[in-house]
Amino acid sequence: MPARHSETVIRIAGLVNRFGHQTVHDGLDLEVFAGEVLGVVGGSGSGKSVLLRTIIGLNRPHSGRIEVFGQDVATLDDRALRRLERRWGVLFQDGALFSSLTVAQNIEVPLKEHCAMPAQLMDEIAALKIGMVGLAEEAGQKYPAELSGGMRKRAGLARALALDPEILFLDEPTAGLDPIAAAEFDRLIRDLQSGLGLTVFMVTHDLDTLVASCDRIAVLVDKKVRVGTLEQLLDDPHPWIRAYFHGPRGRAALPPGAASAASPLRLAGRL
Amino acid sequence: MASGTATLAAAEEGETLVFAAAGRWLVATAAELDRDLSALDLPRGRRVTLDLAGIDRLDTAGAWLVLRTENDLLARGNEVEIRNLHPGFAPLFAQVRAGGAVRPVPHPRPAHHTLAGFVARIGEVTIGLLARGYGILGFLGLVATTAGAVLRDPRRLRVKAILVQMERTGVDALPIVGLLSFLIGIVIAFQGADQLHRFGAEIYTVNLLGVGILRELAVLMTAIILAGRSGSAFTAQLGTMRVNEEIDALRAIGLDPIEVLVIPRLFALLLTLPMLALYADFAGLLGGWLMTWGALGITVPQFLHQLQSALGGWTFWIGIIKSPFFAVIIALVGCYEGLRVGRSAESVGRQTTLSVVEAIFLVIVSDAAFSILFSILQI
Repeated sequence: MPARHSETVIRIAGLVNRFGHQTVHDGLDLEVFAGEVLGVVGGSGSGKSVLLRTIIGLNRPHSGRIEVFGQDVATLDDRALRRLERRWGVLFQDGALFSSLTVAQNIEVPLKEHCAMPAQLMDEIAALKIGMVGLAEEAGQKYPAELSGGMRKRAGLARALALDPEILFLDEPTAGLDPIAAAEFDRLIRDLQSGLGLTVFMVTHDLDTLVASCDRIAVLVDKKVRVGTLEQLLDDPHPWIRAYFHGPRGRAALPPGAASAASPLRLAGRL
Repeated sequence: MASGTATLAAAEEGETLVFAAAGRWLVATAAELDRDLSALDLPRGRRVTLDLAGIDRLDTAGAWLVLRTENDLLARGNEVEIRNLHPGFAPLFAQVRAGGAVRPVPHPRPAHHTLAGFVARIGEVTIGLLARGYGILGFLGLVATTAGAVLRDPRRLRVKAILVQMERTGVDALPIVGLLSFLIGIVIAFQGADQLHRFGAEIYTVNLLGVGILRELAVLMTAIILAGRSGSAFTAQLGTMRVNEEIDALRAIGLDPIEVLVIPRLFALLLTLPMLALYADFAGLLGGWLMTWGALGITVPQFLHQLQSALGGWTFWIGIIKSPFFAVIIALVGCYEGLRVGRSAESVGRQTTLSVVEAIFLVIVSDAAFSILFSILQI
């Protein structure tokens, strides 16, 4: 997989985010490569979601430069931004489905908005996406309030994939799911990622997800990020990173032997 | 994204019919491809090959169109072969083939778009209204018993909470209540003077003003403003607490939400609404006098003298007597709808709308009932 990590799709340079007197990001640099799954972790309030929201333009940074597909997001006019937005899909934390629409209609919203498509074809594509995210046929008729948390996330993922984006942003995709549903969701994301050749930018708390899905991990510490593969981060001396990966939950999630920094090589086969 | 970049060409190759797909089969070109494909005359019972060699970009929508064409051909009894699929597209194709087994389901139509559904909806709404009236009556009983218990043991009275609510529902409402009553006074005086002028009875504008403002309009306007301002706030506050499970937390700690949340709001409104009504009386009369002075040249002593002769002993009190009843209606409906909020943020908005509409409706209905009562009592 590292062979494909040549092209940079997201480049963040010198990002500063401030809310009032509180500085969340201070000179943050990060690159995301085509075809990789990047997991972003960090403590509560370290600005993981803010980082995601800043990249997709929902939060205006204090300063810094964000390039997606080589285009500086801040300088784009409305139409160019609209065009760029078609190339990414976002799964918000609880799916953020439109509550007055059925699942199928939710998936059709971006199709209707961006492609002049006959209704029949839109229904077919919506059904296809429902199948691809592993929902049952009848789910298309249901309203978000009738779905379980896991189904809402799958439906949200289907909507995020409606326009066949190149980048997929996921905000805490497994939060609130039971361990079995979370593991299934990890597998689904991995399958879709490899099948559709997606670049995935994933904010998560879930160590299992990190181990199961991510090629590289970006840890938000000290208002910046430290990026590396899991093995590299296991050796990182930073106290928060050590506490994260070598704490009791970290040891439980990592494959046997990996948590001891002495034998990081045993992980190499997994990643 | 330019159109016309995706094509499908048919050619005979010996016994076999070959459809050669080329270009960019993407979601952006799907509409156009779909049109071309449905215009295509599909054969029956033949050997057909779908040649995908010319496709240089493919996404799920494009892959779906290829697979749909394959399915359509198979359904017509053809033998279908897909060839020259670029190996890079193979995983995508597999994904779509797996997902494509799901058939589209019809979108549900709102039931009340049919005649039977419309009739059923009228019934539903009627039963819902009756149920809500019954619910509010039950809530009145619950709150009354709790209020009785609290009054017997005044230490349970949350004085600070009552004062906070009085500030929010009373002090904060002074500007808007004053301004609107003042304007109502002006309007009544102006319209009255205009009509009474024809009979040379302009001085009776003061009578109209005194009776209209003191007996009806001041308290009614105040109640309507408070229903919109405070009743809705009660619903939104309690509703948000429901969504956050704060009400459940209160119960779990052993506190009675009625006692902690509803009683202070009810008592606060019971105290502030009469005071606001009195204040609205003054503001309305002031506006009315200003108008009569400007239009008819009536001075303050004349105005007061005429007012005194116009008002019976009860006129002022009738307005004030009604205000605590309106206070109970607004507080009860506001809190009741707030506690009926479900788990979703959406229902906070729905219940808030309901609460305002219901409170204003009930205030006006009870005002009409008071009119009948007072006419029977001949005061």
